[in-house]
Amino acid sequence: MSFINYSSREINCKIVYYGPGLCGKTTNLQYVYAKTAAEAKGKMISLATETERTLFFDFLPLSLGEIRGFKTRFHLYTVPGQVFYDASRKLILKGVDGVVFVADSQIERMDANLESMENLKVNLAEQGFQLEKLPFVVQYNKRDLPNAASKEELHSLLNPRNVPEFEAVAPTGTGVFDTLKMTAKLVLSELRKDPR
Amino acid sequence: MNPQLVMYEEEYNHINVICERLSRDLNAKVVFLVDKNGQLINAQGATADIDTTSLASLTAGNVAAMGGLAKLIGESEFPNQYHEGIRDSLHMTIVGPRVVLVVIFDTKGTPPGLVRLRMKKAAAELTTIFDGLLQKTEQPGAGSPFAEITDDDIDNLFS
Repeated sequence: MSFINYSSREINCKIVYYGPGLCGKTTNLQYVYAKTAAEAKGKMISLATETERTLFFDFLPLSLGEIRGFKTRFHLYTVPGQVFYDASRKLILKGVDGVVFVADSQIERMDANLESMENLKVNLAEQGFQLEKLPFVVQYNKRDLPNAASKEELHSLLNPRNVPEFEAVAPTGTGVFDTLKMTAKLVLSELRKDPR
Repeated sequence: MNPQLVMYEEEYNHINVICERLSRDLNAKVVFLVDKNGQLINAQGATADIDTTSLASLTAGNVAAMGGLAKLIGESEFPNQYHEGIRDSLHMTIVGPRVVLVVIFDTKGTPPGLVRLRMKKAAAELTTIFDGLLQKTEQPGAGSPFAEITDDDIDNLFS
């Protein structure tokens, strides 16, 4: 849950990028890091294996500016996508304010997408959250690949509730900031509600 | 699921006093207080030399991972952790349900036993403050300061 500090006039929110292994969660954060001005970002931390697969999480702190005199800070996290790191994924979801589901558009990865989406729901429920009640955005990544499924097919499988969705090519940045901005907007809109 | 953490001026000042005193008593390099979700609440000492945002996030990750390990062996959590380095060492103590107190100190200059003792005392005082904060947040009228924000306010952030 977000942390409102009246003393330093700051609000801190946590956004988690979820999705199957190799879908491009870390690449999303790397692009955001590369394209954000130095004064608006902190150090990006990647706890990864020697083969650069995410072991625990990636972390990127961002400052977005002020709303009504409060500095807004967003902490972006990714989870490790590989199936056997489930215990770690659960931990990263603690205190989440918004979720981005990064789907791999490749037809061959459809089962992995569905499995990861189910896993997200189960792990959120364990933390006392319902996906339906959280700010949630779906990103269809790797749209440039020849074996990508159609957007309609991805939508019908992964986004039946019709939450905001974006097509993306994370290494070139297509759709990366659109996804982040929408998620941040939904998280901030949620703050209008009573914090209890 | 823990409710939202809200920090007010009065409690923040009180926390400042406790962390400053702890830092002084232990001749600590840094004392900091972190929400278990990785948000930095307070930092005292030589904070200019340290990336406190990263430190907060990694502390939370560490506490979460150790908590997961604890549950695997039938413990609820490991309330204290001590990591010894060649020059500096780090001690973490869990405060109440959702906060972690961390002290970084000179391995040769400060006995770990003393660190543990002083941290225990500070943790007890901090627990009382955070319990009070929780009650305050749950009181009627303690609404979000963002209740009045408009779509334009949000859009302006991204313009």
